[in-house]
Parts: sequence; C-alpha cells; structure tokens
Amino acid sequence: MNQPNNPTREYLAAPISKVGPLAWVKKNLFNTWYNSLLTILTLGALAYIVPPFFKWAFIESLWNSSSDACRDIEGACWSIVPQNIKFIILGFFPEGQEWRPILAMILLLALVIYSKERSRWTKLLAWMWPIGLIIMGTLMYGGVFGMPVVETDQWSGLPLTMMLSFFGMVMAYPLGVLLALGRQSKMPAIKTLSVVYIEMIRGVPLISLLFMSSIMFPLFLPDGMTINKVLRAQVAIIMFTAAYIAEVVRGGLQAMQRGQYEAADSLGLNYPQTMRLIILPQALKIVIPPTVGILLSAFKDTSLVVIIALYDVLKTTKVTLQNPHWTGYSTEAYLFLALLYFICCYAMSSYSRRLEKELHTGH
Amino acid sequence: MKLVKVIAVAICMTMLMVGFANAGKDLDSVKKKGYIQAGVNGGVFGFGMPDEKGVWKGLDVDTARAIAAAIFGDADKVKYIPLTAQQRFTALQSGEIDVLTRNATRTLSRETQLGLNFVQVNYYDGQGFMVPKNLGVKSAKELDGATVCVLPGTTTEQNAADFFRTNNMKMNPVVIESTSELAKTFFAGRCDVLTSDASQLAASRSIAPKPSDYIILPERISKEPLAPAVRHGDDQFFDIVNFSVLAMINAEELGITSKNVDEMLKSKNPKIQRFLGVIEGNGKALGLDEKWAYNIVKQVGNYGEVFERNVGVNTKLGLERGLNALWTEGGLMYSPPFK
Repeated sequence: MNQPNNPTREYLAAPISKVGPLAWVKKNLFNTWYNSLLTILTLGALAYIVPPFFKWAFIESLWNSSSDACRDIEGACWSIVPQNIKFIILGFFPEGQEWRPILAMILLLALVIYSKERSRWTKLLAWMWPIGLIIMGTLMYGGVFGMPVVETDQWSGLPLTMMLSFFGMVMAYPLGVLLALGRQSKMPAIKTLSVVYIEMIRGVPLISLLFMSSIMFPLFLPDGMTINKVLRAQVAIIMFTAAYIAEVVRGGLQAMQRGQYEAADSLGLNYPQTMRLIILPQALKIVIPPTVGILLSAFKDTSLVVIIALYDVLKTTKVTLQNPHWTGYSTEAYLFLALLYFICCYAMSSYSRRLEKELHTGH
Repeated sequence: MKLVKVIAVAICMTMLMVGFANAGKDLDSVKKKGYIQAGVNGGVFGFGMPDEKGVWKGLDVDTARAIAAAIFGDADKVKYIPLTAQQRFTALQSGEIDVLTRNATRTLSRETQLGLNFVQVNYYDGQGFMVPKNLGVKSAKELDGATVCVLPGTTTEQNAADFFRTNNMKMNPVVIESTSELAKTFFAGRCDVLTSDASQLAASRSIAPKPSDYIILPERISKEPLAPAVRHGDDQFFDIVNFSVLAMINAEELGITSKNVDEMLKSKNPKIQRFLGVIEGNGKALGLDEKWAYNIVKQVGNYGEVFERNVGVNTKLGLERGLNALWTEGGLMYSPPFK
C-alpha cells in the first residue's frame, strides 16, 4: 500500500565500479599504489613458478612406472611412491600380514573420529578406548588366532609414527598437568622435584634425550637385560612433551583469579575437588591453542627418531631413496611425506579450533 | 576413572614390550634364543638395506645369514637391528646385538679400547676419487687446484685434505651434508671431483644421468677393511663368526657354489670332503653340526656368489672384485686350511 508502484521507475544496477568482481579486485588488490605493486609482483611470481611446477608435477610426470622409465622424462617421477608404498607405509611388517597394521590404523582413526563429538564422551567411550587399544596391540603383535608374532622391532613406517605420537600425546598430557600442579604446589619437595624435572627436560633438545635413551641408557642396565628400542624412544618423547605441556598448563593456572580459589574454599571443596571441578576445567580451556601447538610439534618431532635408527615413516622414505633405483627422486618422495604430515596436522589444528569454539563460555 | 584405566592399559602394553634378552656370553645362550641378533647398517645399498618389500639384502646381511646357517642350519634365523654409526658399538657392548655386520672399519683402537674382536674382513674398501671422463685426468696426482665435493666432518674430508697436502696440491672443497645431494651437485658440474669410499662412489655413479661419462681413479688414499665384529670374552662364538666368513671364501677357492654343493658331497678331494663335513671333525671342533659349512654354501652361497649378487658388476653398484678377489686372482681374500 505504502510502496510506491511506479511502472516507469527504473531500477539501476549499482555502478560497476562499486559491486561485482571488478570492484572487489579494485577494493582489495589495487586500492593503494603499494598494494597494486604488491599484487603485480605476486602475480608475476606466481606466473613464474606455477606453470613450470604444474608441467613438472602433472604433465610430464609418471605416476606408476618402473624407475628406468623415469630416467627418460623431464617431469616428476611420482612412481617412487606407489612402487615403494608397502615399505614406506608399513616398513618391515612381514609380507602377507599387511592387513593387520592397516586394520589397526583404521581402528585408531575410527576411534579418534568417533570421539570428536563431545556428546559422545560417555562411559561407553571410556570403555571403547582401552578395548580398542588392546585390539590394536593384538593386531600388531599377533600370537593369537593364528596370527604369527610380529616383534616390536618390525613395527615401522606409519604405524610406528602414529604409535609414537599418539602415546606421546596421550600419556604426556596428564603427566604434564600433574607436573604443572606440582609446580604450583605448596609442598616444597613436590614443588622442587617438578621444577627440577621441567627445567632439566626443557633445557635439553629432544635429540639429546633420544641419544641418551638409545646410546647411554643401555650401558647402565645390568648385563643381559635390554629394553626395547621403541619403548625407550617412546618414553623419551613422553618425558619431553610432558615438560612442555606442564609449562603451558601452568600459564593457564596462573591466569585463574584468586577469587576462584576462594570461592571453592568457601564452598568447602578440598584440593582435588577444587582442581577437578573449578580450576582445571577453566585453566585447560584457556590454554587449548598453545597446547595444540605443543601436540603438533610433538607429532612432527617423532620424526627425529630417525637418528636412532627407528624406521618411522620418514626413515622408510629415506631408505627408499638410498636404493640406487630411486635415489634421484627425493623431491617427489618428500612432497608425498609433507602432504601426509600436513593432513594430520591440519586435522588436529582444525579440530582444536572447533573445540575452542564449543567450549567458549566467555562473553 | 577413565584416565586411570587408560594408563593401566598403557602400562600393561609397555610391560609386554620390555624383553629380557640374554646377552650372548657364549654360544649356548645364542642357541637358546634360537636366532642371532645382527646389527646392520640399514641405509647402504648392496651392504645392508631393506628392499621394496622390507626384506633385508646386502653383503653384510648375507654374512649374518651365513653365521645363522652355521649355527642353526637355517639362514633365516637372524634378527636384523638397524644401527646408526654412533649406536653400533654401544649396541654390541650392551648385548643388544650378538654380532655387528655393519661395514665397520677394523682399527686398533676399536679392537682394544672398545673391546671388540673383528673377524675376517668381508669387504676391502678404500677412499677414492671420481671424475668426469672429459676432464681428461688419469691419476689422482693430476688433481691440483680441483674443486672437490666431499661430505663434512668425516674422515673422508680429512683424508682428502691430507692427500692433497702431502702431494703439494691445492684443493677447493665443496662441502655438502647428504650423500645423495652431494652426488647431484657433482653431476650438475659444480665440482670436478667427488671423493668417498670406492663402493660409495660406485653407488653414486649408478645414479648419474650417464654413468659411462664418469670414471673412478685407480688410487685408494685410505684403507678401509670392513669386517664383522663380536664382543671380547666369547672365544668360541668369535671362532664361529670368523670361520663362517672364511667358509664362504674357502668355498669359492674350492669351486663349491650353492648350485653344485650337492654334487660336491660326492667329491673324492679330501679338502672338499673335510670342508663339507663328509670327513667329520671341523664341526665338532667349532661346537657345531658337521654340516655347518654345507649349510652356509647351500643357503647363502660362496663369497663370489654373495659378492656378485649384492655389489658385483651386474648390480646397480657394478663393483669389480679388485682387492676382494681371491688371492689366486690377485686379491686379498685368503682362507686358512679347513682341517
């Protein structure tokens, strides 16, 4: 009724300089002279890099051929990955048993994906994890149901990387929280121990811990006793990650206001209750971003076990590159590995962002 | 509660992984274990490296297999433990491995201070130089002023510097950290000479765009006798390891191969009869089955076969026998009589 209904009225589109792709380009890419310059430089650099890369990676490349065929081409020899995939991913796992580590990895992934939703964090899930881990361990080790035993020194490739990082994170996290609480403790013995531990571990690089565990530690053991190499490296990784987590969590604890503690006291809560119900839920939430940062670097640090001759997925790739048939194709193999690591790390960090959002209760 | 359970399970799992391995103080404990633990390189093609399927291959690996064949009559009773250069001697000292077959150079200080016993050498190596053919150089003495590609921080670098200095020549080193990058740099023409152990040079040459464009100069500027090693204090095991290597050499001397070993059992030659256990005695002396040498030759082969299979002219490495030929053919491989 109130609307003017004039048939002669023309609705003009907004001027082309204000909307549409052209306007977007002008507004975002060419709004000042230096942005224009940057845009042109970037475009130039891309034009310089992308077509040759594309040609190398996709047009003149081979995807599944023998290494001899690769000698005659200019482009990428991606064949190195499919031709060696069994060794790169599974390492020494005996032939004919490959389904076992693959199934174990799928199981782990399934459990992780299932646990993503917070609504599923129930008692059932608390049971599913230990059972799942036992099944995975059985699959890997064998010895029952007609599966031949596969010793831990034959666990290699991606399953080893996943195992080292998964247990590295899962065991280091609670240990780190305990250490952080210990450092805040009023009991001098516990406090000193925690401080000494944290500072000592943080004072040395992971490589030196791994060297200690693999070269010096065996000499201290009584004659005839050896401890599994994988386990030694695993313990070193857990110890290392825990110290860093402890410091991050301490940051969260220090961010809590005194009022929170006093409120808990006035409610008559004892120390464990205070921590479990009031302090930790808030403190840990604050430190999600730095914690994820530490977990991500712990995941990537597992590749350092290369230097103690454990065959994680990086080492199996390097060994493949030592084979004279494939030596020239390091770029392709490392790009594949980079992609593998990127997928894992990206999944972790995007999950942490979501968790942060869900847990956000601030104003 | 959930956390407690998870931790409990994890602890149980780790307990599974802790093993008490018996240090092979004598042959009996190795026998009780049912396999030998051999420390291997894990990253040198032709000597000790897993193939595409994860199966161990190489000259050192075959040496370990020969020892297993001698002790257990089954060359597959070996557990391979890949070791880095830093780890290898500790692993032997601490009992993590029984025998080290990881291209280790036999030296005086290693025999004494490190408490190792090296057995018969299974590969004589030495540092050499590789140059492009079109450089027109025939001897390392003509390399004055050359740019030399070399790995940093190794004895290789030092050996090369010493060689140039003692011959009053000038050397411009180009130092690059990784072996494969080093080779790539050399083939791209950034340096005139690549120096490394001769077996490594051969491996590098095999990945050149045109391998025939490069030659390895005849001079060897260092001695690298690569030999398996065991711990001190276990003489019987030492003997067994030593004679397992020697048995492969002796088999080649006697003309016994994995193919004709069964016919050779009928040979009238007393040397062959003693060697293969037809005339008994050697096995008993070593504390082994009389068939021990037969098993080595049958399952692993003689030294020549092992050499040709892993590093010989028909492999990617394409190494000549050279110093590793039998003494009868101008090499250094010589076995004492088996009697």
